[in-house]
Amino acid sequence: MTDVLDAYPQLLKGAWITVQLTLLGSALALVLALAFGLAGTARSAWVRALNRVYVEFFRGTATLVLMYWFFYALPLVGLRFTPMFAAVLSLGLNIGAYGAEVVRGSVRAVPRAQYEAAVALNLTPAQRMRRVILPQAVALMLPPFGNLVIELMKGSAIVSLITIGDLTFRAKQIQNSTGETLWTYVAILVLYFVIAQVLQLLVRLAERRVDRILGRRPGRARRRARAVAAEVGG
Amino acid sequence: MDWDWTYTGDILPDLLDGLRLTVTATVLGYLIAVVLGLVWTLLRRTPSRVVNGAVRWITEFIRSTPLLVQLFFIYYVLPTWGITLGALTAGIIGLGLHYSTYTAEVYRGGIADVPRGQWEAAVALNLPRPRVWFDVILPQAVRRVLPTLGNYLIAMFKDSPLLLAINVTELLAAAYKAGSHSLRFLEPITLVGVLFVLVSVVSSILVRLLETRTHATD
Amino acid sequence: MPPTETVPGDVPELPKKAAAAPLPAGDAPGLRFEKVVKRFGDTTVLRDLDFTVAPGERVTLIGPSGSGKTTILRLLMTLERPDGGLIWVGDDTLWHREKKGKRVPADQKHLHEMRKQIGMVFQQFNLFPNMNVLRNLTEGPVRVLGLSRDEAVERARQLLDLVGLADKIDAHPSRLSGGQQQRVAIARALAMRPRVLLLDEVTSALDPELVVGVQDLLRDIARESDLTLLCVTHEMNFARDISNRVLMFDQGRIVEEGTPEAIFDDPSEPRTREFLRAVRAS
Repeated sequence: MTDVLDAYPQLLKGAWITVQLTLLGSALALVLALAFGLAGTARSAWVRALNRVYVEFFRGTATLVLMYWFFYALPLVGLRFTPMFAAVLSLGLNIGAYGAEVVRGSVRAVPRAQYEAAVALNLTPAQRMRRVILPQAVALMLPPFGNLVIELMKGSAIVSLITIGDLTFRAKQIQNSTGETLWTYVAILVLYFVIAQVLQLLVRLAERRVDRILGRRPGRARRRARAVAAEVGG
Repeated sequence: MDWDWTYTGDILPDLLDGLRLTVTATVLGYLIAVVLGLVWTLLRRTPSRVVNGAVRWITEFIRSTPLLVQLFFIYYVLPTWGITLGALTAGIIGLGLHYSTYTAEVYRGGIADVPRGQWEAAVALNLPRPRVWFDVILPQAVRRVLPTLGNYLIAMFKDSPLLLAINVTELLAAAYKAGSHSLRFLEPITLVGVLFVLVSVVSSILVRLLETRTHATD
Repeated sequence: MPPTETVPGDVPELPKKAAAAPLPAGDAPGLRFEKVVKRFGDTTVLRDLDFTVAPGERVTLIGPSGSGKTTILRLLMTLERPDGGLIWVGDDTLWHREKKGKRVPADQKHLHEMRKQIGMVFQQFNLFPNMNVLRNLTEGPVRVLGLSRDEAVERARQLLDLVGLADKIDAHPSRLSGGQQQRVAIARALAMRPRVLLLDEVTSALDPELVVGVQDLLRDIARESDLTLLCVTHEMNFARDISNRVLMFDQGRIVEEGTPEAIFDDPSEPRTREFLRAVRAS
């Protein structure tokens, strides 16, 4: 057991890469989720179709297959990605598809009366979305987004299969150098658990902040958010 | 490099073999997840604080750590305790165990949604405890959450390629093997990708149909 | 519910001089419905509806629910699109614009232009929960009218004075009682300086003891301003006080119209008598 603890520089290096993957993947997923989620609320049927195609396709693919495709198949048609780029791209595209459903569901869950009040104040369509609808929808998005970030963090373990030195990758290394199978995996699992708990804490803080801004009692906001999550099947 | 159809035809049998393993692992893993999830849920309703708390933390731990690492744990650590499992068996157990923590949440939500009046009616009839659960509450709860459980079957199917990391020659591993023989990865992996999208999209449509039917009969 | 609601009838008297400042002023347009049709699915809510409201006139619409009164306000606020006919606001058609001498459906730009004259107060207040009271009042003036932040804040202060909620300027809408929220909503609508004000059952969602405060406020505003006012209400005494003319609706048509005195004290149509009896009994 002490041998495994002695390998802490490797563990920390791996954990740092896992955190980096989580942050970069989440950033990409957030951008995609907003872009395609809002496309799903558009008036034009063509723009909405864009949302459907993205969501159905990337929710349907297995992230590992996608990553293998970027890493092994695409170089053969002349597109060569670094492992890190292929990893972030596949994680972001996949979680972004779930996020897009959360965004679409949350925007639709803002009461229609709010939209009507914005029309009565003569706000332009862009202003209605930016000033009235989105700020309220964000409160509903936060809890499911938090779950998605944790899913992405866990999902990032697969990058070890394309030789990225994340936390999971270090397990094999440490196991080989120390011969301690049990404690190596226990240490790795506990580190993942800690990262997940920290992420959960951050999400809860963010929720509380938004609740305060909207003058909501937390319980109610969470119930509505759960309803949204249930509706999008996230 | 162009798409080679002859080559595609050559590797197809290998891929189908892989698909067989993928489906086996998904279905058996799902059975474990569906049963074990219910066990977790019922254990959390026991009066014992210790059991309740232990189950809560165990499921929370399994849910918030990666399936891949859990597969490694089952495949590499258990043998040091004298429990040696074949790769496929380890994979099935890993999938089932991981997803049982998700199905447990689903059941919990379903049970919470059963109207209070149903409990009160059961108490009024003076039914013994097990009868209340198995004849009154669970049938209603499970019927409500059937579509959600269906979604997790799809999710498990999409996570099954992880089994290649413990040497199960499922679909993606078969594709990878075929590719490394000829150093042509484009056809096999693209094929696998298309297959996954097809199966997932078709089955989500089925789940949505199930959803409308469940709502309709409510 | 916060206990700070002012006692009914305790709305501050309008300071006679200052009152002119926050209230919108200028030429109010008249309104005209010309053979307006509105359908929801298979049901026709308005059929070939014709009526006119003179500039500065204050008209109340009464009638059983489902008779199309609220739809009229929503058509004017561009929240619903008519299925036929023309709606005139002043010399312009609301839902159509001129293009090469032809009348074509209005685009967003035309609607935006037309909405500048119109304001609305909703039954459920519809304050923005992501903004405090001040932001609710300044958002429109700053973003739409292009006022500077200082000008908008000044306007908001005057209006909050007017509705008797100066001390709630930084409060969050969820901390206000229903009556207070509705008064903020009235101030928010006035901050846009509309020339036509639409009141959609503005006291229906309020607890009985809060109704009078909001009604008194609106009565004062109606008296002090020269807005064109269109009001849907089930409060017959309020209708009598606030309007010059009352239109009785049933099934999408006007059954009877006249001065409040004529309609309420001596209605000629049996349908009107029946409706008034039902309302008074409740």
